[in-house]
Amino acid sequence: MIPDLLFLLFSAGILAGGALVAVGKNPMVGILGMLLAFLNASGLFILLGAEFLGLLIIMVYVGAVAVMFLFVLMTIDIDFAALREGWANYLPVGVLTVGGLATLLILAVQGQNFNLGTPVAPELLGAEAPQNIVALGQVLFTQYAVPFQVAGLLLLVAMVGAIGLTHRPRTDIKRQDVGQQVNRKRTEAMVLTNPKTGQGAFPDHWVGKGVKKGQK
Amino acid sequence: MIEILTLYAQALATPENGWWLFLTLAGILAIAIPVLIGMAMLTWFERKILGWMHLRHGPMYVGPFGLLQPFADAIKLMTKELFLPAKANTLMFVLAPMMVFVPALLAWAVIPLGPAPYFGTNMVVADINLGVLYILAVSSLGVYGILLAGWASNSKYPFLGAVRSGAQMVSYEVSLGLIVLSVILLAGSMNLTAIVNAQQGLWFFIPAFPAFVMFLISILAECNRHPFDLPEAEAELVAGYNTEYSSMGFGMFFLGEYIAMITMSAFTVLLFLGGWLPPLNIAPFTYIPGVFWFAGKVLLILFFMVWVRGTLPRYRYDQLMRLGWKVFLPLSLAWLVLTAVVVKVWGNLA
Repeated sequence: MIPDLLFLLFSAGILAGGALVAVGKNPMVGILGMLLAFLNASGLFILLGAEFLGLLIIMVYVGAVAVMFLFVLMTIDIDFAALREGWANYLPVGVLTVGGLATLLILAVQGQNFNLGTPVAPELLGAEAPQNIVALGQVLFTQYAVPFQVAGLLLLVAMVGAIGLTHRPRTDIKRQDVGQQVNRKRTEAMVLTNPKTGQGAFPDHWVGKGVKKGQK
Repeated sequence: MIEILTLYAQALATPENGWWLFLTLAGILAIAIPVLIGMAMLTWFERKILGWMHLRHGPMYVGPFGLLQPFADAIKLMTKELFLPAKANTLMFVLAPMMVFVPALLAWAVIPLGPAPYFGTNMVVADINLGVLYILAVSSLGVYGILLAGWASNSKYPFLGAVRSGAQMVSYEVSLGLIVLSVILLAGSMNLTAIVNAQQGLWFFIPAFPAFVMFLISILAECNRHPFDLPEAEAELVAGYNTEYSSMGFGMFFLGEYIAMITMSAFTVLLFLGGWLPPLNIAPFTYIPGVFWFAGKVLLILFFMVWVRGTLPRYRYDQLMRLGWKVFLPLSLAWLVLTAVVVKVWGNLA
């Protein structure tokens, strides 16, 4: 009874979040809607007993991906009203996409095409079920070891690509080199002079490093 | 729709469900209220320690030893005028402080305080298997409030503060996560109670000392505390993301930051300092209930945070980023690999 109610709550939250993303005039509202959708999706996962996936969604999507979106939205200066102009041109593509997804969803809800009627294996439910992470680890590092590694490699390639595309060596800025600063000796950093009273230090005392004490 | 909801409401309104609801709410209040009071006392603690470090007295007029000063501050904040900037996005401007405050408090759902005196039951609202992951997930939510506050204020200093804060919290979360993973390897569990119980013989800060030091520094950055308090650097950004906030809006940011400090200190204590376990499992130490040991250790970490604030100057932004990405990330990754190898060869400490 209570799980049913929670399911209603979470799915309503996802729908509301999705609606905000789609119709929100302000892109910041859209990001907030996306957050709402992610959090509620994670709630649904936890409700299904997949608490590891649920928390991972919060950590990865909410904690990292959406922060990046927010960052970009905050720092770029785009006239979103101008972007909205001519939206009718994209209408056919949009209708096609939404229609396709809706068809898929309706078919999935009908159930006969996706074998949704098959119950979960009984040993995966109840108190004797292994912990989520244990079960995941057992298949991830044995049965799916190669796909797992390949997925990791894909991410690495994406990262290297992103850095390779955007990185440019800059010579116009001053960078701090901690090692150099720490290794600096007293003789390189200061010059002791012994000027006569009323005369002041000789004017070019900072030029030569090897100036001896009292040298003029 | 309405019929369905009424049906649900009728089915839910049973004595058992009512009792369950009451117990849950009572459990939540039993942890949230002490945390909030602890937060209030932490501001007193910080001002007192800083005062002594500056050869001053700190707060001393309101109540004995100035103990009631935090409550006086709270009353002052609540009775001040709530000021909304004209060009601000009102909805997000109001929402942002709550988005800082709520996640900070949420983490306490999984923090175990040790066996209750006289009963022996574990004092925790939800003893879930993925407690560590839950804390990391929830603590990553706090950054949104700060980012939104900076953006919604529509003012340049809050905006700069928010951008800094976002980058900083995301950067240090990475090394924080890697260090936590190495501790999970040592304990062989993600359950916080199990992690503490694995430290029965040896507190993890001894075998994992480098990780402990890195963790302590990372939580300073994660909580936006000195010497990494760049988001609110008052000398350069006025007050960073909360420049435009007044009254309880500011109060909520304040609450969120200090509760996050306590949360992170408690997390450190659970991961490295043996939680509620006494230093030696012999007679005079075991007389003191575990929760007092826990509170004492949390106070120790909090003292460290205040001590650092009173001692060190603020880092520059590029120094902060270099420390996070070029020093802590490789070091914590190397430590994780090392721990994994050692655990594989000799087994974990559980």
